[in-house]
Amino acid sequence: MSETYIARSSAIAARLLAGEMLVMNSANSTFFTLNEVATAIWQAADGKTPLRNIVRDNVCEQFEVEPGQAQADAEQLVTELSEHGILLISDHPLTSETAS
Amino acid sequence: MSLMAEMGQKAFNLGVPLAVHLDVTYRCNERCVHCYLDHDDHGEMTTIEIKRVLDELAEAGVFFLTFSGGEVFMRRDFFELLEHARRLLFNVKVKTNAVMISEAEASRLRALNIDSIQISVYSHRAAIHDAITKLPHSFERTIKAVRFLRDQGLRVSIANVLMTSNLSDHYGVQKLASDLGVHYTLDPTITPMMDGDTSVLALRVPGEELGDIFKNPALVPNQEEFCAPPKAPSEEDLEGYPCSAGHSFCYISPYGDVFPCVQFPLPTGNVRHQRFLDIWNHSPQMNEVRSIQAKDLTVCSSCSHVASCSRCPGLAFMEGNMRGPSTADCEKSFYRTGVASANMLRQGLSKPGGNRAPTTVPLIQIRPVGIPA
Repeated sequence: MSETYIARSSAIAARLLAGEMLVMNSANSTFFTLNEVATAIWQAADGKTPLRNIVRDNVCEQFEVEPGQAQADAEQLVTELSEHGILLISDHPLTSETAS
Repeated sequence: MSLMAEMGQKAFNLGVPLAVHLDVTYRCNERCVHCYLDHDDHGEMTTIEIKRVLDELAEAGVFFLTFSGGEVFMRRDFFELLEHARRLLFNVKVKTNAVMISEAEASRLRALNIDSIQISVYSHRAAIHDAITKLPHSFERTIKAVRFLRDQGLRVSIANVLMTSNLSDHYGVQKLASDLGVHYTLDPTITPMMDGDTSVLALRVPGEELGDIFKNPALVPNQEEFCAPPKAPSEEDLEGYPCSAGHSFCYISPYGDVFPCVQFPLPTGNVRHQRFLDIWNHSPQMNEVRSIQAKDLTVCSSCSHVASCSRCPGLAFMEGNMRGPSTADCEKSFYRTGVASANMLRQGLSKPGGNRAPTTVPLIQIRPVGIPA
């Protein structure tokens, strides 16, 4: 079974505001806010840690979420963020484009 | 309310400095006739100092960062600062005259994924633009740079400061921006010079002409709302605050001095010997600015325009009282709506009595605060 790796795009600007991550894609000025769980996934997106491990260590351990549901939600989230060009997805490790 | 406005309001309510304007230098290669700055270097912050300030701003929650000057490219380390800022994930906007931007610089700016770049253009006629900047061939060089930046896919905006010398040229500049495929913004604000000299205010667009600008749908799209007579202020309006200065925005000079806004020369601290967050959270001056509600304004609280006026507390401060009226904004409100402001009425005026703010009021100036050796 192949792994999914995620890394933040270098085109973005981001800042934590009262628990929510503000993210803006400079390429098209689209603006997002990520909730606490999405922020945890975003912050762990170093390109090297498989998404499965991020969900296990940064979502299931921190928030009371059922692992299967958490994995499905995380996959949907990263797909959406990738469609907006703010997250890169690959089946092999990536170089994170931004400082963590 | 848009998501962006919602976040802005949240930052305002929480007292988070969401946006900061940082002038990295006051040096400039142009000598614009209306400029309020002293272009000599009185000891601007070093590369290391600015990088540390950027670290502190990121820690404080700053998201929107504007780099301006002076001319930012007069600093040889400007790209190094920009790279550091982007590593810290700021949304970066750059204000420049673009004279020093060639294809190579445009490409580097694109690679750094800055949000946007704002370029000053005073006229579509080279002779008028160059006469304002006092730099021969500046128009040609600036427009060339606009093309380089646009071709890189950067979001470029032409800022057209309007004054008596280029009054009739805003149509031409707007068309030029459209032909170039870039955004256009117009600003009729002229501020007193740093040394307190108010003679530059003679360049302000005369009030009658402001009326024509405000009623031009090509410049002001939402005419009906913008020029509507003021509505009676609600209790909520009177409980409100004048602007984001000191609430979610502030300004830092090349010498490290922190002010509530670019146009609000009230020193609140210096990041060379204080942490930014200590100044932001604990400066008595900053706290005084952010305590002022519309109901506290000495004249404006009783003015029919209080809920919709663009009153700038910084300009009011430069007129002598941060709680008082700003004459330039009284004029704007009058010429926008045809209704006299409380400030005009108390002086027995049915229309603005003169184009100029008082010229005898001593100004508190933006200047370097003494740094201990």
